[in-house]
Amino acid sequence: MAVRRLAPPELQPKSFAFTAENRAWSEKEIAKYPPGRQASAIIPLLWKAQEQCGGWLPEAAIRAVADQLGLAHIRALEVATFYTMFNLAPVGRTYVQLCGTTPCVLRGAEDLKAVCRRRIGDEQHITPDGQFSWIEVECLGACVNAPMVQINKDYYEDLTAESFEKILDEFAAGRTPTPGPQIDRQLSAPVGGPTTLKLFERT
Amino acid sequence: MLDDKDRVFRNLYGLNDWGLNGARARGAWDGTKAILEKGRDWVVNEMKASGQRGRGGAGFPTGLKWSFMPKTAERPHYLVVNADESEPGTCKDREIMRHDPHLLVEGCLYAGFAMGAHVAYIYVRGEFIRERERLQAAVDQAYAAKLIGKNNVHDFDFDVYVHHGAGAYICGEETALLESLEGKKGMPRLKPPFPANVGLYGCPTTVNNVETIAQAPDILRRGAAWFSAIGRPNNTGTKLFCISGHVNKPCNVEEAMGIPLRELLEKHAGDVRGGWDNLLAVIPGGSSMPLVPAGADQADTLLMDFDGCRDKKSALGTAAVIVMDKSTDIVRAMARISYFYKHESCGQCTPCREGMGWMWRVLTRMAEGRAHKREIDMLMQVTQQIEGHTICAFGDGAAWPVQGLLRHFSHEIERRIDQYAANPHPEPVRVAAE
Repeated sequence: MAVRRLAPPELQPKSFAFTAENRAWSEKEIAKYPPGRQASAIIPLLWKAQEQCGGWLPEAAIRAVADQLGLAHIRALEVATFYTMFNLAPVGRTYVQLCGTTPCVLRGAEDLKAVCRRRIGDEQHITPDGQFSWIEVECLGACVNAPMVQINKDYYEDLTAESFEKILDEFAAGRTPTPGPQIDRQLSAPVGGPTTLKLFERT
Repeated sequence: MLDDKDRVFRNLYGLNDWGLNGARARGAWDGTKAILEKGRDWVVNEMKASGQRGRGGAGFPTGLKWSFMPKTAERPHYLVVNADESEPGTCKDREIMRHDPHLLVEGCLYAGFAMGAHVAYIYVRGEFIRERERLQAAVDQAYAAKLIGKNNVHDFDFDVYVHHGAGAYICGEETALLESLEGKKGMPRLKPPFPANVGLYGCPTTVNNVETIAQAPDILRRGAAWFSAIGRPNNTGTKLFCISGHVNKPCNVEEAMGIPLRELLEKHAGDVRGGWDNLLAVIPGGSSMPLVPAGADQADTLLMDFDGCRDKKSALGTAAVIVMDKSTDIVRAMARISYFYKHESCGQCTPCREGMGWMWRVLTRMAEGRAHKREIDMLMQVTQQIEGHTICAFGDGAAWPVQGLLRHFSHEIERRIDQYAANPHPEPVRVAAE
């Protein structure tokens, strides 16, 4: 476990409110759970708030979500600090989460880390233009496509230092490269084509 | 090798349509009503007869688990599907959710029917954003086709909701998952009471893994005898294997239980990098399980099922095979796994919260040789003090890989300590009391 604290006051916006669209979405989300169990919706709502705030969760948003769900503020603060996907401080517009757990390390995650350090800087440092920041995370669950990173919502898999650089170049140029394996490969099938399921190959 | 016609996940690699039409062409949602008409007891008994054991790691018989649910319906019953796939090495549920989501939705209907639950929550790990969107799309298709929902064509009201987490490994533990689903921190509950009596919102609940549930439609359609004929007794059926690490072609593949490790790697993963003799060790079941070293009576003869892995003092876990060849710094690799557990401990139980960081620090020093030999025994002792002394199995799952390392590679640690001691260093070697 790690100690996770809210961002310092000078970074915190004064107030937060869901946009009309997100507000309507949140009402639907709360309706998934039985009456009186609206607290269940806290993770999806905090996640939506994080999206609306550009990738991080200000204190005002945590309090607003707690109020909407009728919870004491501390309950929402507990959740926001417990779950590591809630960023408590701002991140870059292109937010790189680099998997650094053993299966990825065995396939070269250290090389990708070196690329991040050289191009972006230290972990959680935001480039001056606000474009990039990166963090090492624990297993992202794409181990047969190691090494890999998650950039914003998408997985980029089967990376090398060179192909990872190219992906970062694309983002720097304002484009979004195609997610998935970055070598010639059908998702999680072996390189060179599946060894099984010949009966069901695409017709 | 398992015949293609016996495979459950026929769109594993996403070569065909994941949607309702594609799923129907592969046999999903076929004869669902007829199966439900055979009754709740028939479904449970068929699952029992199939011998299927849970695919999430613990390997508990599925039919038996379903039968624990109360027969009366004084309180609502819930089915919760554990799609919080985070065990390092494991990436099978992701493929099911994005390529064969209808098998999961259909399986939920059978499971819910068998336990009298009219609501299912599928808890997807937070990082799987695209997979969640895909699964939600499949659920929406099923609602639109009136396959689930109120007044559906199967005459069994059933709602499926997709929920998600936010990056906590511990929420893969079933009671932590329930806490998280209730909107709290994911801290495991004491058992008993078991979730079958007091689960989600205090109501009877069964938590199953994605793969377990997604296999149910095929088991019920083709019959328990078909499923139990694959594999070995007590280890029946097919299983998704995730082969990662130092192999030439890492991949996911569905195979029969009990396939020898060597055959699995040679047939599907293009063998160990540099040939079979270049194998150093393998973790057969995800990072929580002890490693199995190379050798005639070890990895060479390892059968990939529950009993086969237990014979080598490891466990099948999630069947995530992490292969390490002779170039691997094995101590450093295991130290990184210890760091994972340090990072993911929920902090509720002292042996786990404090022990994880302690083990990681000592292993990091051992990887450099900056340690004393007596600390090897001390480390073993500490793992035994963590194992079994925590609320959930997280403590065990973090202690076992370290025990596996010490059991098979303590000579490597001793070699490093000797090497370090042979060279003069300005600062003294610390002892583990930090």
